[in-house]
Amino acid sequence: MKIITKLWIGLGVLIVLSPLGLLLPERFKAGAAWGEWGAEEIKELIGYVPKGLEKFSSIWSAPIPDYAFKGWEQKGMGQLSFAYIISAIVGICLVILIVLLLGRLLSRRK
Amino acid sequence: MHIPDGYLGPATCGAFYAVMLPIWTAASKIVKKTLKAKQVPMLAIGAAFSFVIMMFNVPIPGGSTGHAVGGVLVAILLGPWAACIAITVALVVQALLFGDGGITAIGANCFNMAFVLPFVGYYLYKAISFNAPIDSNRRVIAAGVAGYVALNMAALFTGIEFGLQPLLHHTATGQALYCPYGLNVAVAAMAGEHLLIFGWVEAIVTALVVKYLQKHSPELLEEKGGL
Repeated sequence: MKIITKLWIGLGVLIVLSPLGLLLPERFKAGAAWGEWGAEEIKELIGYVPKGLEKFSSIWSAPIPDYAFKGWEQKGMGQLSFAYIISAIVGICLVILIVLLLGRLLSRRK
Repeated sequence: MHIPDGYLGPATCGAFYAVMLPIWTAASKIVKKTLKAKQVPMLAIGAAFSFVIMMFNVPIPGGSTGHAVGGVLVAILLGPWAACIAITVALVVQALLFGDGGITAIGANCFNMAFVLPFVGYYLYKAISFNAPIDSNRRVIAAGVAGYVALNMAALFTGIEFGLQPLLHHTATGQALYCPYGLNVAVAAMAGEHLLIFGWVEAIVTALVVKYLQKHSPELLEEKGGL
């Protein structure tokens, strides 16, 4: 098998395993990454929400926020894992598409 | 390490976009000169690998989470400029589609993860593996050390960017406007958790894949002429 095929397969395995990145933090009761708290978490930490942070934190409304479908915040870990895998697939397809387009523009023909 | 919207003030956000613009331009020009059409699929795999590896949040029990970036591996295989482009694409998709990292902070996040990380990692790997045979253990060690140091350098820069905010922006009463933690807290937190845990993840991922490629596809590890 060609190495490039093996690497594509490896990528597929990573997609299937990706919910570990959701389940392990849940299992070990780990919260957000440092400096990536939401407004409510930051209020708990320091007692207030910084004015500029409040203003800019919702400047962008991502279509698939935090790799979960909108309105799925209360769903169980099974469904969130499903959304995580779908997010990985959608994200990777988009990343590959953009790089292939850039590659057409940037690479040498020969 | 993905700085969200609202944690960096407008001056910092603007400054990092301004710094990244010439870097992105240089990366496009250099990659255009050196990337062969048959390497484009590898670049796509590299960007996709970086994207998905960042989804593997590693917990510090009862604390925070962090992750590898995978960018040192891409830099070793395709060079730091191509890696810069690959990681930038991953970070932009993460910010726009998934709200992972702010859109105002894309400049800063790309500086840390798509510039500092692949360049530190690439040159450290080159230095340690200098003249080492393709199948030597020194290359595996070089990959691991490069992964560890590069992720920590990126984390250090992130900590500094967070930590500068209370100095740059505060109200008359001393309340923070953006990231509320100063350099002492932000740098200690970012550096500490990456030195202790997350740096090792990047080290192990980078070293293991290099070891695998030594066995199965050593030609990928050969000199690419400074791509």
